[in-house]
Amino acid sequence: MKVVKVIPQTSSQVEVVSTASDAAIEVRSLHKSFGALEVLKGIEFHVDPGEVVCVIGPSGSGKSTLLRCINLLETPTSGKIWVSGQDVTDPDVDIDAVRRSIGMVFQQFNLFPHLSVLENLTIAQRRVLRRSRSEAEAVARANLERVGLADKMTAYPAQLSGGQAQRAAIARSLSMGPDLMLFDEPTSALDPELVGDVLEVMRGLAAEGMTMMVVTHEMSFAREVADRVVFMDDGIILEEGRPEAVLGAPQHPRTRDFLARVLNPGHRAPPLASDPTIA
Amino acid sequence: MGLLIVLKADWPRLSHDYFNLAIARQLFPDILFTALRNTAAYTAMGFVFGLGFGLLLALMRLSVVAPYRWVANVYIEFFRGIPLLLWLFFLGYGVPTATGAQLPGQPYSPIVLGLGMPAAAYMAETIRAGIQAVPKGQAEAARSLGMSHGQAMVSIVIPQAFRIIVPPLTNEVILLTKDSSLVAILGVTIGTKELTKFGRDALNQLVNPTPLVIAGLCYLIITVPLSLVVRRLEARNNRAR
Repeated sequence: MKVVKVIPQTSSQVEVVSTASDAAIEVRSLHKSFGALEVLKGIEFHVDPGEVVCVIGPSGSGKSTLLRCINLLETPTSGKIWVSGQDVTDPDVDIDAVRRSIGMVFQQFNLFPHLSVLENLTIAQRRVLRRSRSEAEAVARANLERVGLADKMTAYPAQLSGGQAQRAAIARSLSMGPDLMLFDEPTSALDPELVGDVLEVMRGLAAEGMTMMVVTHEMSFAREVADRVVFMDDGIILEEGRPEAVLGAPQHPRTRDFLARVLNPGHRAPPLASDPTIA
Repeated sequence: MGLLIVLKADWPRLSHDYFNLAIARQLFPDILFTALRNTAAYTAMGFVFGLGFGLLLALMRLSVVAPYRWVANVYIEFFRGIPLLLWLFFLGYGVPTATGAQLPGQPYSPIVLGLGMPAAAYMAETIRAGIQAVPKGQAEAARSLGMSHGQAMVSIVIPQAFRIIVPPLTNEVILLTKDSSLVAILGVTIGTKELTKFGRDALNQLVNPTPLVIAGLCYLIITVPLSLVVRRLEARNNRAR
């Protein structure tokens, strides 16, 4: 299968970074199998500091697995991953220390239901960063204000709407002061009318220069906020480049087919006679 | 059928034998301040030991270290399988016969171990099921925030697991309350009698079965309030869920 490289806007975006320490995330020839099922089939991927990268692709394409490999929620079968220059696939690495610098936002929020919103934001600060209660609460309060939930401090997760829960989860990650943030389909579990608030928070983070890797189905978000869009299908990266290029003028027929289905549900892209992979 | 029993029953005889107020009056206050108190104390000892040791066994069963799992499995299968009476007999008579010495910490050590070690086996399985019922995303979120495996278990997973297992754990406390009657075979003094032994001794002494009935009712003084407290607790937990 041919990988189409989109013509880059700047040279730094196409040249593979030769020294791993330059990149916020650097992934080389990553393979991941679950039993006999190979989910990632040799991924080359990087995110530069301050860059917002959106990963799109059909379900089962391996994009969430790629994201989860980066903070080692999944152990790679083979290949190497560096986060801020540190080889996280090294067996001797202190994975807890690495994860401290990586914020992770889940599709299902994963707030701690037995703790109040404030405690959700302070528990890891206190246990992991050893911050005092007052210091942790000050940080938590600032982050709740930032995501517009200052009035929900004493609420329990069950009392929040999906959109509020996801914003609280983002605030929880931010409270650890991460260098980069991973988002695993952050709006996929939300009712459509609640998606906007969460995307607004993410837009704000991007504007502040946070390094972000976002697995998403929100094409308008990707188009507007991403510096780069990566299209994955069947365990490989098929196409990547500026959002207007990948989303506006996709080079690979599979990308075209996927975008047609996502942007016009119910319609299929006209098949290309020259491409045998489209039935 | 029920009506027939009610009609044919010899009520004066029944009330004389089983609800004899004159006899019942003689049981108080000892049945409350000695026997009921001892039953509650033995249950509490067995429960605390069982819960602590059961948690350890549950974590061993879930460990990635295979020998831990093996040890826990053997322990659980053994203590779930043998009759409690046999185990108590072993502690009370087998150990002194074999070693020529009583267990240290008399009279409570055989009670704590006798009730607690088998209780730990049952509770271990309950706790394990509770831990496994906590969604995987909870531990993942905790680990993603930089918590170690141990911190994630202690702060995030185990507190949620205990909320899930409150009903089955209550069940085990109630069973343990009644099992505590078996510790009588360890040999008791007047001060260490629990409800059933107290009732049986009073039956022999007073030649009337009323003490057994009163002792039986006393078990309800422990179990019914316990169920009510737990129901309250559950309602509160469900609000926070």
